[in-house]
Amino acid sequence: MEPLTQVTGLVAPLDRSNVDTDAIIPKQFLKSIERTGFGPNLFDEWRYLDAGEPGQDCTNRPLNPDFVLNQPRYQGARILLARENFGCGSSREHAPWALAGYGFRVLIAPSFADIFYNNCSKNGLLPVVLPADVVQQLFEATWENEGYSLTVDLPAQQVITPDGEQYAFEIDPHRKHMLVEGLDEIGLTLEHADEIKAYEARQRQRTPWLFTDLEPS
Amino acid sequence: MAGKTLYDKLWEAHVVRDNGDGTALLYIDRQLVHEVTSPQAFAGLRLANRPVWRVAANLAVVDHNVPTTDRDKGIADPVSAIQIDTLDQNCRDYGIVQFGLHDRRQGIVHVIGPEQGATQPGMTVVCGDSHTSTHGAFGALAFGIGTSEVEHALATQTVVQARSKRMLIRVDGQVGPGVTAKDIMLAIIGHIGTAGGTGYAIEYGGEAIRALSMAGRMTICNMSIEAGARCGMVAVDDTTIEYFRDRPFSPKGELWDQAVGYWRTLVSDDDAVFDRVVTLNAADIKPQVSWGTSPEMVLPVDASVPNPKDEADETRRAGMERALEYMGLTPGTPIRDIKLDKIFIGSCTNSRIEDLRAAAAVVRGKRVAENIQEAMVVPGSGLVKWQAEQEGLDEVFKAAGFEWRDAGCSMCLGMNPDKLSPGERCASTSNRNFEGRQGQGGRTHLVSPEMAAAAAVAGHFVDIRELEQ
Ligand code: SF4
Repeated sequence: MEPLTQVTGLVAPLDRSNVDTDAIIPKQFLKSIERTGFGPNLFDEWRYLDAGEPGQDCTNRPLNPDFVLNQPRYQGARILLARENFGCGSSREHAPWALAGYGFRVLIAPSFADIFYNNCSKNGLLPVVLPADVVQQLFEATWENEGYSLTVDLPAQQVITPDGEQYAFEIDPHRKHMLVEGLDEIGLTLEHADEIKAYEARQRQRTPWLFTDLEPS
Repeated sequence: MAGKTLYDKLWEAHVVRDNGDGTALLYIDRQLVHEVTSPQAFAGLRLANRPVWRVAANLAVVDHNVPTTDRDKGIADPVSAIQIDTLDQNCRDYGIVQFGLHDRRQGIVHVIGPEQGATQPGMTVVCGDSHTSTHGAFGALAFGIGTSEVEHALATQTVVQARSKRMLIRVDGQVGPGVTAKDIMLAIIGHIGTAGGTGYAIEYGGEAIRALSMAGRMTICNMSIEAGARCGMVAVDDTTIEYFRDRPFSPKGELWDQAVGYWRTLVSDDDAVFDRVVTLNAADIKPQVSWGTSPEMVLPVDASVPNPKDEADETRRAGMERALEYMGLTPGTPIRDIKLDKIFIGSCTNSRIEDLRAAAAVVRGKRVAENIQEAMVVPGSGLVKWQAEQEGLDEVFKAAGFEWRDAGCSMCLGMNPDKLSPGERCASTSNRNFEGRQGQGGRTHLVSPEMAAAAAVAGHFVDIRELEQ
């Protein structure tokens, strides 16, 4: 995973609450068995006027001019500004894959759904939670100033506006470490393989029925 | 010292190590695997040349993508077929038990796990699917994970987790006639909102929950995620234990006695402290119908479509306006006057035998209304289907004009050919009414199986309580 430390980038404002993962990446694209290639279908039903199908070339599809990401001023955005409960619904990791594939590296919202939040940080995508009034200010600044960009400093846990205003955000140390270093979490866990084995040995005594194997029958 | 909640007990029994950074390595007793969220996880294992840590802790099934008709003809959609073949291949390569398309035990992952006794009280259960919360009904710690975590669980038999806060939702008293587990849960979601449970593990308790069958408790826990919580659970009691007697993967002989002794401890202590307690009065809950595009947009069947003008909060008002536009509804319309085009009885929320019996009781001897273009029943598993056929329920449904399908997720998410067309309105026993969930432009109203069946007969919503009188 690509390490994520400081990101400075154009901000795109998605002014809807409870954006669900079905909207972020509709089900028909979940048939892919790859981890990449979802960017062109991010927000497919909002972004295009026609019905999208997997495997289709999206470059010539009719765009919905009313959808915010289609506006010329937001092309190349790397930071998505969103409303509360972003990423609710299905656990599909295709949602962060699509957001990252599109080019986003940071999401800012007053709250995120739990599973989605987790999935983001496993894919080099940083979800930043800021208070609702701060998010509101950032929405207004983004609407009012074409080309509005923010700097997000993960090691310092700060969002910095063009006028130098700083907003601190919380992130648990584990997630931060994984993102900043771009670490492979499985590799890290396997360093504790002995502890997993010791746990299994203990539990085999305490709750042996949990270790009866599922046999093909 | 205060007592422990059920969640605390389950958590503490599974901590392999405290990472010292707010997270712990949590041992996973059972992983359920399906075709949509697993291919990339297996590909990751192969790439890193890693084995599966404990092969026999995993159970795989195809459900999301499978056709519900003409299975003998194979899968028409080549893209779906690749995904299904990929799971077959991965299970063969790694030696994982799988219920394939033609296995009579095949069905929705959250139906077949408990049905086989493969998910049990006291277990940690994960699956790359947010409705894994269903298995919490048995006093298990069960939650949905993303594909990276599926790979992590395959490779290490653990996941990295932060401990959740604890919420108790107590439903006191008894529900009236015609009010089901689905109505209780929709009322809870309407009450706390779709983000109300974010960051929490929810335990459901109170007389109305205790009175539910395991099927009803599964319906409740299933929709915890629609309330924002990754996991929901119900304490173990006699109903739980009886459920597991003689299931294929249940503990046998001495192990059974030992397991039951342990299962009995899986309740919150009397003096346990929760971070938040929500109480509802069962007698106040009426049959529910969702009217919008979020599960929290739900009302009793005798209410009318709300008016956004009455909402003070600007973002919420905008959300309501957008939902009404998408749903094609006018404020003030009585819910009962909403006419339907399609009826879907199925999904991991409501496709068990109890659900089908309840729906069949409503349609018995009646006909689906003229304006209903399609009404379908999709059993949760091949075994549920078989049981229903033994009881003649298939004949009841078919005589009424319903289609009787093979098991799978089907129109709950419309990854297979079962979906809504733009503008079509559906009474659905599933769990999500998001825009486009059941098909692009499709309009979903979430209801109980009884309410869906009654709507099929009437062609519009009806108050099931009036039919029962
Ligand atoms: S039935 Fe619906 S909610 Fe349940 S697992 Fe299948 S797609 Fe998900």
